[in-house]
Amino acid sequence: MRELDVSLITQALKRMAIEANTELGDDVLCAFDKALAIEPSDTGRDVLEQLKLNASIASENKMPLCQDTGVAVVFAEVGQDLHFVGGDLNEAIDEGVRQGYAEGYLRKSIVRDPLNRVNTGDNTPAIIHITVVPGDKLKLTLAPKGGGSENMSGIAMLKPADGVEGVKAFVLECVSVAGPNPCPPIIVGVGVGGTFEIAALLAKKSLLRPVGEHNSDPYYAALEAELQEEVNKLGIGPMGMGGVTTSLGVHIEYHPCHIASLPVAVNIQCHSARHKEVEL
Amino acid sequence: MSDPIRLTTPFSDADVEKLKIGDRVLISGVIYTARDAAHARLVELIEKGEALPFDPAGQVIYFVGPTPPKPGKVIGSAGPTTSYRMDPYSPTMIEQGLKGMIGKGKRSDEVKAALKEHKAVYFGATGGAGALISLCIKSAQVIAYDDLGPEAIRKLTVEDFPATVVNDCHGGDLYMEGRKQYAAK
Repeated sequence: MRELDVSLITQALKRMAIEANTELGDDVLCAFDKALAIEPSDTGRDVLEQLKLNASIASENKMPLCQDTGVAVVFAEVGQDLHFVGGDLNEAIDEGVRQGYAEGYLRKSIVRDPLNRVNTGDNTPAIIHITVVPGDKLKLTLAPKGGGSENMSGIAMLKPADGVEGVKAFVLECVSVAGPNPCPPIIVGVGVGGTFEIAALLAKKSLLRPVGEHNSDPYYAALEAELQEEVNKLGIGPMGMGGVTTSLGVHIEYHPCHIASLPVAVNIQCHSARHKEVEL
Repeated sequence: MSDPIRLTTPFSDADVEKLKIGDRVLISGVIYTARDAAHARLVELIEKGEALPFDPAGQVIYFVGPTPPKPGKVIGSAGPTTSYRMDPYSPTMIEQGLKGMIGKGKRSDEVKAALKEHKAVYFGATGGAGALISLCIKSAQVIAYDDLGPEAIRKLTVEDFPATVVNDCHGGDLYMEGRKQYAAK
């Protein structure tokens, strides 16, 4: 059995928190360029140019792309032959977030409880999703998630008879109602199937894919392409001021579900689609 | 695309009246930051008839919670937050003479009615462009509610802050008009 000291996890998360918040991925930057080539709205193109400039200023000055440096969502895929030593895994993750958000001058955006709302002051706790997989490695993904786009997300427990048309209608309704609020152009994460909670988790996980990369299942890939086209027909555009670039990509993940159920969740990601991965 | 309109705070009724949806503006002067938590406190003071930490007459509030400044810097990243969370409070602030708000996202019918009735304007800034916008902030000073951290009220001095008129005092709404123009028929 391989041993892994949890201090390495703390170090990795600290570095990832700073990098994810200051360096926009090439996938998003390429998606901006593609959008600029086809966006007919002057205001829309102006917004996209500002976003490109913002990314270069953030990178050069090592400063956050967006003031909302997010809740730290951490996915940990733990190899079943791995043994953690030197402390508590969850605490090591939180410590990495704590150090990264302090040293990176990132915003502390977490309140201790949702109704009394006192800031924890260090952006902990992280939201941690752990799965056990074969092997003896640890794959860590950090996705800082902004509140503005998260707030525009939704879930519906459809009837099986609603079928794919019901799923499409719900996705389009979520994006349409959100309008300018989640900072379009957005990435639309969709989870279909599973249970109430799994649909939401799949929607979030789908956002970890490079922007615009399709599901490996051709049926779902075609559905993603169709929804992407429909979303961009809504006219919302960059920052909601009108245009054809409302979404940079629709990502769908699915899971087996009960004979009575058709859960569908939509998790909206703003254009500041930040995530970093590491294998330890 | 026409040249942006240069505006200096504080605003008069005449400054506001000439603005129309879709106008790009560059704002200079003093503006104040406040998010939901600070607005709740401001409106509570107004309801009790007590003095506010700043006089809103003619002023502009920017909905923002910046990242902490690095050593030697005035402010960290400072882009707009989603404005609808301030909708319950904004009409009261507008009644107190507030002339402008900068944020991103839709406003309620109550806010839009208050803009018309009291001659005020709502600007949209580019959400997620916090690093870019920080460059036009020349000074920042916490003037109230330090305990709220990023949500404290800050007095900012800005130069050529880029924004677009989303809701004017004539009842216009850029989000509705822009979408209508580009939606596939």
